[in-house]
Amino acid sequence: MERIPILKMNEFLLVSIQVDMHDRLAMTLQDDLTDRIVRDRARGVLIDISSLEIVDSFIGRMIGNIAAMSRVLDAETVVVGMRPAVAITLVELGLSLPGVRTSLNVDKGMELLRASLRGSNGDGHRDARR
Amino acid sequence: MPVDETLPVRSSHDIVVVRQVVRSWAVELGFNLIEQTKVVTAASELARNTIDHGGGGTVRLQSLRDGGRSGLRLTFEDKGPGIPDLNLALKDGYTTGGGLGLGLSGAKRLSNEFNIESRPGEGTRVAITRWR
Repeated sequence: MERIPILKMNEFLLVSIQVDMHDRLAMTLQDDLTDRIVRDRARGVLIDISSLEIVDSFIGRMIGNIAAMSRVLDAETVVVGMRPAVAITLVELGLSLPGVRTSLNVDKGMELLRASLRGSNGDGHRDARR
Repeated sequence: MPVDETLPVRSSHDIVVVRQVVRSWAVELGFNLIEQTKVVTAASELARNTIDHGGGGTVRLQSLRDGGRSGLRLTFEDKGPGIPDLNLALKDGYTTGGGLGLGLSGAKRLSNEFNIESRPGEGTRVAITRWR
């Protein structure tokens, strides 16, 4: 079965979406990611969408779902690499990805995750993060 | 490039094909990247609606010339249950399918022209045109 690979990088998981998403693939990704967050004790998920030529409301909803599920499992999600034309279209479509953090690229996304992890470990409460 | 083509919109895979064909038409018509992205995104929303709400159907692609400008018209048609209240269906956030309720309203915003006809029990036809 077709699957989107999930790479482990220390305490983070990296998903790079490089294919045209269809429904079943999106569902499989949500299942695989939640499994891996628990199994790998991941504290953050980076979703690289730099290869995506469009983000429609279906993919937007999938990204929102992943962020929400990760949050419940105590992991942060950062979406990285959105193309400018995709950003313009997404806002006009009416989708602003509420509750989803974004960064320009994987490096910056990683920094964001590390910073938020430091913030949460500093005071000893995992759930002190937003 | 053909000037008139009809594609099936019945499965999740068809949505992917529709996106690819619409993209290649938009490129051929000289749309810039943002215009391409908008029309492909609108097509993706409407194709999904055709399947989720109309039980599947077709999309007709037409390239248009009007004086110096060129356009792309997409007409999605299904023989599904129809939409009883079009005004409600066009409202942001209104959904009957468990989605975000942005399909129709979003596709309308992403297009230059938008036309919808629906008869309860007979089906729905949505046409959008994007000019460059």
